[in-house]
Amino acid sequence: MSTPPAILPKDAAAAEGKVNVQINGKWYRFPKGTRIADACNSVGAHVPCFCYHPKLSVAGSCRMCLVEQGMPARLAPGATPQYGDDGYLPISWMPRAIIACANTVAENMGIRTTGKLTEEARRGVLEFLLSNHPLDCPICDQAGECKLQEYTTDYGSGTHRFTEEKTKKGKNLSIGPRVNLDQERCVLCRRCVRFMKEIAGQDVLGVVGRGTHNAIACYPGTQLDSNYSMNVVDICPVGAMTSKDFRFKMRVWFLKSTPTIDVNCGTGTNINIWTREQQVYRITPRQNDAVNSCWMPDDHRLNYKFINAPTRITTPLVKTDAGADQRPSTWDATLNMVVEQLHRMAPSETALICSARMTNEELYMVRALSKQLGITKMDIVPRKGENDGLLVSDDRNPNTNGAKLILGKTGAGLANIRRGVRNNTIRFMIVLGEDLTEEAGFTAEDLAGLEYLLVIHHSENETTKAADVVLPGVTFAEKYGTMINVAGRIQRLNKAIEPIGESRSDWEICRNLSEGLGCDCVRVIACPTPMSVLDEMAQEFEPLNGITWGNIGNEGKVIMETGVTIPLIEREKAKK
Amino acid sequence: MAYIKIKRPKFSLLDKVYVVELVKGLAITMRHLVLSVLGKSRGKKDFSTKGVGVCMQFPEERWDSRLPEYYRGAPTLVRGEDGRERCVSCQLCEFICPARAITITPGEVDPTSNCQKQEKAPAKFEIDMLRCIYCGMCQEACPEQAIFLSKEYLITLTDRKQAIRDKETLYRLGGTRKGLVNKWNQYK
Repeated sequence: MSTPPAILPKDAAAAEGKVNVQINGKWYRFPKGTRIADACNSVGAHVPCFCYHPKLSVAGSCRMCLVEQGMPARLAPGATPQYGDDGYLPISWMPRAIIACANTVAENMGIRTTGKLTEEARRGVLEFLLSNHPLDCPICDQAGECKLQEYTTDYGSGTHRFTEEKTKKGKNLSIGPRVNLDQERCVLCRRCVRFMKEIAGQDVLGVVGRGTHNAIACYPGTQLDSNYSMNVVDICPVGAMTSKDFRFKMRVWFLKSTPTIDVNCGTGTNINIWTREQQVYRITPRQNDAVNSCWMPDDHRLNYKFINAPTRITTPLVKTDAGADQRPSTWDATLNMVVEQLHRMAPSETALICSARMTNEELYMVRALSKQLGITKMDIVPRKGENDGLLVSDDRNPNTNGAKLILGKTGAGLANIRRGVRNNTIRFMIVLGEDLTEEAGFTAEDLAGLEYLLVIHHSENETTKAADVVLPGVTFAEKYGTMINVAGRIQRLNKAIEPIGESRSDWEICRNLSEGLGCDCVRVIACPTPMSVLDEMAQEFEPLNGITWGNIGNEGKVIMETGVTIPLIEREKAKK
Repeated sequence: MAYIKIKRPKFSLLDKVYVVELVKGLAITMRHLVLSVLGKSRGKKDFSTKGVGVCMQFPEERWDSRLPEYYRGAPTLVRGEDGRERCVSCQLCEFICPARAITITPGEVDPTSNCQKQEKAPAKFEIDMLRCIYCGMCQEACPEQAIFLSKEYLITLTDRKQAIRDKETLYRLGGTRKGLVNKWNQYK
């Protein structure tokens, strides 16, 4: 005779709003309404999925996530439930598998993700999916990160019995300015259709044709030209949607991914940079439910080409005589020379323009440098754009909040500096990470009229061409650092490649200049890494108290209230 | 890491003084000397151009006809009978190459090619013959039967740059292979 416990597990779970589920013989508790696929994946029982994406609605079309499921048998009229020793009812297993993505967990449910029934179901589904697949993995850009490849090696049969003619569909179709479609490779999961409809809000994709001629296509007269179109490349589980930019550039197994953040706007989208041998090949979004969900805008994703471009400055450039051309020089000689030149400048006639595209660590060092020089005319260049209602923030600087925190500057003093340059009260200028001829509103004549211009920038531009000395800085892919996004979240930048040529991080250049100018503050000159700069900042600035490089983590940490929200994340929260 | 103890063979005193092995080796050399003087050396007929017929008189005499079927020489790229360049630049050979001798820059297939369905072909394909160790892994890994080790063993360079063979050279050396790879056929 079995003796169930005094408090049944079902009542204990119900008190927490949860249900008991047995997965592969072990009992777990999940909140009510959890999808079976999510529940299984969360406890390490992997469920293969093509069509299911946690951020999209459920389609249940691929049938890949079939699992064996059972519930307690329905009681006969008048019978009382017979609980076992562990307090659970015996499970009656269903003779057919069910899909894990479209069903939710229930009390006393049993699930098996392994075993004869599921294995057979998965093998069968894969055989059907592969019956019309072109098997052109050698030329497919998705090979190496293809779900169909992975599941076929994991669960497929290894041989195929399909000897009939395969259905011909469109290959290498251009469906938008940035995306290519191969209909033969498609497994018709419709993730792209749902993404464009539900997230991007541009309902241009659909399924046309019947039966085996089913194919993804754009509605007539439209094309996939949304600024979020390349996200369909990421979510496509196979090689049907491929990026035109990354097309045939490199096989993914050669690439190393580095988690970092996007610096094109204040949102600070979390990204992975994919590199091989000091070359950046592509950028993909990285999931962060508090910042960018799983997505990123196309223009930000494609803005990486300047990193390995020939316009990069690889050595310090020095103008030896007035009017002469810039000549490459060495670091030690140039730094000594710059220190000498900076000593000669009158602080009241000097202005410093730095960038809100710099990391907190760099800005901290810039502040130390300006203090050392006694400069009071100093500002950042503000960049305002339009908020696109999804991820692109109206603030196109990635670290405005960091600049406000460290420098206390917001871009209001820029006009004063410009006026000063034009009426000759400012004769010396130091510019970091900005091209003044762009948003800052300076003209080439303004720059030519300066007596001395020192520029620290990673790439050649109008300002560096006018400079007396150019020190090569690095791009966001080559440095460690932190930035604070529009919502007040501090996030880390990681180094994906080594600095190109002889370029050095801006914080390092500023530290060395300060040291050369006679700065004796240990907190500045003794910093060996950006991480230790962060430690110094954590002591000095109240919102950064307790922040270390380690505890920021890959997801970032909210450190201040800004009242600004990210529209896409708000929409996602509202949907739940 | 667990330590794995390797058992070394135990040597007797006779093994350690090494005299026996020395004598054995000398005996073999002496036997060859005697045989060649008597005109009974192996390969006397083949190597009879000069001397006593023990050494191959390279470069007048060559290995070429004596190489076994499985000989692994320099890797080359091949064309199919239809003239199609078989390589699709999947970069598996580059990946497998233990000496990192292969460098491929993938690109689109030549617009004049007779097989547009293939889509992808190498824009550049370079093998550094100073790095190549003739292991044959590239041939093993190739899913397209496009790279084969030839029987070429005579690679003489006067310059490091000559060691890098480009795509044209590799196709020229590889020539055409019998048999069709129908994978990229338009009807498939």
